[in-house]
Order: sequence, then C-alpha cells, then structure tokens
Amino acid sequence: MVIRILEKIGAVVIKWLQYVGEVVLLVAETFQQLRHPPRMRHVFAQMSHLGVDSLPIVLLTLLFTGMVMTLQVAHEFIRFGAQSTIGGVITIAIGRELGPVLVGVVAAGRVGAAITAEISTMKVTEQIDALRVMATSPVGYLVVPRMLACMVMVPILTVFGDAIGVFGGWVIATSHSEISTFLYLNSIDLFVDMHDITGGLLKAAVFGVIIAILGCYCGLKAPDGAEGVGLATTRSVVSSIIVIFVANCFLSLLLYQ
Amino acid sequence: MIKLVHVSKSFRDKQVLRDVNLTIEDGETLAIIGGSGSGKSTLLKLMIGLIRPTSGELWVNDREISQLPEAELDKVRLGMGMVFQYSALFDSMTVGDNVAFGLREHTKYPEERIQQIVQEKLALVGMDGVESMMPSELSGGMKKRVSLARAIAFGPEIIFYDEPNSGLDPIMSRKIDELITHTQQALKVTSVVVTHDMVSACRIADRIAMLYEGNLLAVAAVPEFRKLKDPRIQAFLQSAYVAEEEARE
Repeated sequence: MVIRILEKIGAVVIKWLQYVGEVVLLVAETFQQLRHPPRMRHVFAQMSHLGVDSLPIVLLTLLFTGMVMTLQVAHEFIRFGAQSTIGGVITIAIGRELGPVLVGVVAAGRVGAAITAEISTMKVTEQIDALRVMATSPVGYLVVPRMLACMVMVPILTVFGDAIGVFGGWVIATSHSEISTFLYLNSIDLFVDMHDITGGLLKAAVFGVIIAILGCYCGLKAPDGAEGVGLATTRSVVSSIIVIFVANCFLSLLLYQ
Repeated sequence: MIKLVHVSKSFRDKQVLRDVNLTIEDGETLAIIGGSGSGKSTLLKLMIGLIRPTSGELWVNDREISQLPEAELDKVRLGMGMVFQYSALFDSMTVGDNVAFGLREHTKYPEERIQQIVQEKLALVGMDGVESMMPSELSGGMKKRVSLARAIAFGPEIIFYDEPNSGLDPIMSRKIDELITHTQQALKVTSVVVTHDMVSACRIADRIAMLYEGNLLAVAAVPEFRKLKDPRIQAFLQSAYVAEEEARE
C-alpha cells in the first residue's frame, strides 16, 4: 500500500521534472536560434496577429479594473482622510501589479491559446515534420518569432492597459467620490516613481516570454488528433497562468524590495 | 545511396523494427510494402532523420546519419524531398509560397528566379496556374501534386513518398503513380515509396521490400517478388489482387 502510494508520487514527480526539463531545453534552443537573424517579417506578422488584436480586450479589462478598484478604495481612503493619495495608490497598484498580471492573464488566454492551437494543428497535420524535412528548424521558424513578438507586445499592451486603468480610476474618483482632477493627478505626481511603471513593464516582457514558450511547447508536444489540439490548448492556458502568478511573486520580490 | 545496417527501432516497450538491413541504390525506385503497423512509415521517418534508430547504422551517400546533430542532419536533408501521406502543405501559405519555401529558406535567389522555378515545378506535376490558390481550395490529388512540386523544388537526389495513393480514387491513384514514374525518369532521382497498395508498388517500383511485424521479409525486383513462396508475401499479393479485381468491377 505504502509502496504503491510512493510509486504514484514518484511518477508525478518524474512527470513534472520531465515537463520542466523539456521546457528548459526549449528555452535554451530558442535562445540558441537567436544567433541567426530572426525572420522579421514573421515577427511583425505575429506582433500584429497576437498583439494588436488583443488590444480591445486588454483595454476593456483594465478600464473596469481601474474603475472597480477606485470604487472600492476611495470610500475607505476618504474615511481616513487620505483622499489625496488615491491617484498615486491606484497608479502604483496598476503599474506594478494589476497591469502586467492582468494583461499577462488575458494574453495567456487569447494569445497563448492561439499559439498552441496553431502549432498543435501543424503538428497533427505533419506540417512540423515538413519543416524539419525541408531543413528548417521548427524552433527557429515558429518559436523565435512568437517569443520576440510576445516579449515586445505584452509590455506595449501593458502600457495601454496601465493608462486606461488609471483613466478608469480617474473617472470614478471625479464622478463618484468627489475627488478633483487636480488632487488625483497631483497624488500620481507625488507618489509614483518611474520605476513603478518600468518594473511592471519588465514583468510584462517576462510574462510575454512565458506565454510564448509554454504556448509553443504545448503545441509541439500535443497528442495526435483533434482531441490532442483541445487538450494542448487547455494545458497551455492553465500552465501559463500558473507560471505567470508564480513568476510575478518572485519578480515583485526582486524588483520592489 | 541509402544503406541501413542492423537497424532496430523501439517506442518505449514496443519494438517496431527489428534488425533491418537494406540498401537502396542511386536512381532506383524502391517500394516498401506491408500491412498497417508493419513499420513502413517508421522506416521512412528513420531514413529522413525525423526519428533516430534505437540501434544500427543509417548511411546516406556515405555519411552515417543516425547520431548526427540536428544542424548537420539539416545539411543531409537538403538533398532530400518528401511527399507526406496527407500532403502536409503549410495551410497559411499559398501554393506558390509552399513550393518556394525551401528556396526562400536556403538560397539567396532573387524573387524572379524563385517564381520561375515554382512555375517550372508546378508545370512538371501538371499544376500550372494555381500559385495563388490556398491549399484548402485543392482536392486531395491536387494537394499530393503540389506536395511533390514542393519536394522537388530544391532539386533533391532522393524523394520519399509516404502512402502517396492513400485517400485517392483509383483514377487519381494511377495518375499519381504515373507522376512518380515521370518524376523519377525526368530528374533521375532515387525514390523510396511507402505504400500498402501492391498494385501501385508493382507499377512504379524497380524493387519491392516487404515489412512484416517489423521484420524485413524480402527485397526483390518486381518479377521475382511476385514469385516468392513465403506465405505471408503470397497472402499480401493475393489480397492486393482481390482488391484490384473489386476495384475493376
């Protein structure tokens, strides 16, 4: 009985170690492929496909997050006479954490899923094998452009997300909580440091790499058949979101402590 | 020349190929036949380096490739082309871009030269004027032809065909066989055709190799192969003739 339980635990540990090892190898191969000049046409196409098309949902998510957050904190801050800090607090929270994390989660759901679905379909239909037969590295051809595109586009989406989130906060602060525009903007000026924003953007770049690498990995390792595509896509989104949250914790400790 | 020396391949606990010894001479067409699960496609993937053997040696043009790193293997693959079972055309690209893919990746030819080669190769497979079409707009037979045009675009010495007739009606199947023969004669390439279709194998091949449960049963020129007494080969031949008779009826 005990041996059987230990065997099951061992099997899970081996599976996870294999998963982590394969992802690390893919990261290594991706960076190795960066020695060759990247296919810029593909990078820009991916930036448009994966980044620009995600802008509406990012704006929508951060707008309402900024509004709801202000709605929740404004009342308490006014009670303690700290209304002059609301703009700064909202901006720091969005710039450091909410902006990059929410954009990361939205991108994992939209971009990561799209990457996995596309690559796993290519695998199932032997297009990945066709690339290899034509002496073209699937990592160089598929993973590198997606990783570069996500590494650039997730921070850019975060800039827009941060801006609309702070704007959403201003809308609620001035219309609902009777805080003046001057007070809101002045607190941003007083409390917010450039590092609050750049640190968040650095996190967003790391999240972009995580989304692209895990999206590609799950696609390249997809089981055969239509069911395999679905499984791989779900696995990609779930694992990306988990890794983003874990990485966010370590990055926050590293950047803001 | 392709030479397999004592090649075996296992996937986890399952042995798919057992001690295969086979030599394919330059310029010949070899058909590898066998039932489902006999190891035909595995053998093909080994020869092109998509998978590696568990044991044994694999020689392509006097170079042992079984342990070559991927970058070195790519240099060997530049002399090979492959027609996949389901064509494996890149569905996000036009037919023209599919055929031009290898040329754009591995040469510095100007675009006009690439377009000229694309048109030539498409004409060779009887598919002129479809450059701007998407693979989704083509029928199964047309996809196979485009796949062949893509395989020959880079001027390979060896062409591998994985079940070129699968999913095609008998008329289209015959046309693809003629195309394989025509390509072989026109380009003087070595052709390796994996098929379960005995009739097709007899039509296109110089020699036939038969796999049975991972073992290479026999390799012989087509007339000699028909005369082999092994009951497993005879059973395969007879079932193929029955299928041909049924198709005629």
